[in-house]
Amino acid sequence: MPVPRVADDEVLSDSRLSDVDEWGRSEHMRELARRLYDPIYRNWFRVEWEGLEKIPTGGGALIVANHAGAIPSDAPAIMHGIETELHRPVYGLAEYIFREMPVVGTLWSRVGGVTAQPENAYRLLREQGQLVLVFPEGTKGTSKSYRERYRLRRFGRGGFVEIAMRAGVPVVPIAVVGAEESMPILFKLPQLAKVLGVPYVPVTANMVALGPLGLMAYFPAKFKLRVLDPIRFDVRADQPRYSRSKVMDESENIREKIQEALYDMLRARRSVWSG
Amino acid sequence: MGRRVLVTGLGTFWGGRVAQALEQRDDVDVIVGLDREEPSIELQRTEYVRSDENYSILSRIVKATKVDTIVHTFLVVDSTAMRSRTMHEINVIGTMNLFAAASAPGSTVRNVVVKSSTLVYGSSAKDPTWFKEETPRSSPPGTPVERSLLSVEGYVRDFAEDNPHVNVTLLRYSNVLGPDIVTPASKALELRAVPSLFGFDPRVQFVHEDDVVRSILFVLDHDTPGIYNVAGDGLLPWSEVASICGKPLLPLPPFGMSFAASPLRRLGVELPPELLSLLKYGRGVDNRRFKRAGFQYDYTSAGTVRAFIEALRLRNTVGDPTPAYRYERDVEQFFRHSPAVVREHEEHA
Repeated sequence: MPVPRVADDEVLSDSRLSDVDEWGRSEHMRELARRLYDPIYRNWFRVEWEGLEKIPTGGGALIVANHAGAIPSDAPAIMHGIETELHRPVYGLAEYIFREMPVVGTLWSRVGGVTAQPENAYRLLREQGQLVLVFPEGTKGTSKSYRERYRLRRFGRGGFVEIAMRAGVPVVPIAVVGAEESMPILFKLPQLAKVLGVPYVPVTANMVALGPLGLMAYFPAKFKLRVLDPIRFDVRADQPRYSRSKVMDESENIREKIQEALYDMLRARRSVWSG
Repeated sequence: MGRRVLVTGLGTFWGGRVAQALEQRDDVDVIVGLDREEPSIELQRTEYVRSDENYSILSRIVKATKVDTIVHTFLVVDSTAMRSRTMHEINVIGTMNLFAAASAPGSTVRNVVVKSSTLVYGSSAKDPTWFKEETPRSSPPGTPVERSLLSVEGYVRDFAEDNPHVNVTLLRYSNVLGPDIVTPASKALELRAVPSLFGFDPRVQFVHEDDVVRSILFVLDHDTPGIYNVAGDGLLPWSEVASICGKPLLPLPPFGMSFAASPLRRLGVELPPELLSLLKYGRGVDNRRFKRAGFQYDYTSAGTVRAFIEALRLRNTVGDPTPAYRYERDVEQFFRHSPAVVREHEEHA
């Protein structure tokens, strides 16, 4: 029995029934999330942007920001702001541990979360020209206690710089003020974290004030986001490797720029709640 | 002179279909099929040789038949089909003997095609969304099938390195679906409700059985040594797979399912560890290298699921459209070797 070709060069019939893309993102779900989140964005955090026009309206770019709050409130604010203002999707990179959590992992990917993995970032940035958001501090940023607020942790091993270089896209730094106070960590329970197999178990001021409800409820800190000048690297894309020292220098440079912007914004801030 | 082809795993879906397709071609002189079990489909001129599971007679066959091409389809990827001991014999020891025979002094073998599986990439939370052929696994192999396939691929690589004059192609197939093939995934989709793990909706990929057979023929026609992923375009959530099939999901607890596997098997739900991890984290493989080599798919991932479920509905309504075939050694010997039979391909000559 020969195997006949049923299709020639014409487009293959694709019987898709949902709009979930290869990353697990569904525009439909994202729209729903935006509708639910919009009142929080506008009325609770009263998010204010500065320099939003610096974010490219086309082509790939890697957005990096400081990371804070026990359950970080900065990622949804940045993604929501860019999507509603610039009308382009933002994919947020997160640790693979999200993927291991039932329900949470699925919802996270439906609203634009992607496992932080170099090949994923490369494909999104280089081949698909998307906006990708990453927090180079990772859980080191979100797990720091309140008295260390707005002091940036190490930016990993500079992997984000290397990916931007390989993908040939700019890095757009964003300094975020407000997330630290929305869910401040008083202290952590390392033993419990070990038992549960999670990076950290925080006891937040929200929990002290509101009990179990504090797990979900943020304090209404005023959010201010400042987009800094995009940084382009004078290296060729798609190289097998890049100079380690150059990567570390660029990473440190970006970290310092965000840190300076944070100090600048904090100097101008009169109140945590009203900005 | 035409090609002389040895097909391993003639009794399996893959081997049988490939042999059937090769029989139609004038440029193939001889097809020798090897298996432990008799072929389950009708074959015109393929010579069936019964072997033990680890192919100890192989070197004699290769030498006697002077085959120039080996299509190695006999790799077990379904851990529910047999004990892991037997699987090891077939996959690892069988492949070892196959390559020993093919690299023996005076071997006439010039082309080798091996059917592997994307199971070699595993499935874990740390995985990239898409695996390229050179992407390493992100977790150590956890099941006997995965371990045995990795050893097999090791033998393939060694053989290719030691025998640069042989075209060695390693094809890694994604989840295969189609009207005829039976796999753990196809069995799960045949149930009234499709098993899933609560809270997980992984993205999965499929390849149609016709594309599978065509891909092997494609490799035989083109010099394409190397490793290739073979999978339909697109990744779709498991929930969408169920809805294309028009079936509800049956969410099972996401943890501790390995303990529930054997009671479930008694209820007719077979969930081998490979399927369980797929139902948690899914797997996507980049199919572009094989496309760049010139292969064109007939089905996307979603199209494969659609074709599968349509064939299943037809079978549930009218029964098996192709009548069952039973291999009768004497009858087959008569048709192949009796001078009384007028053979078509001899008429051409």
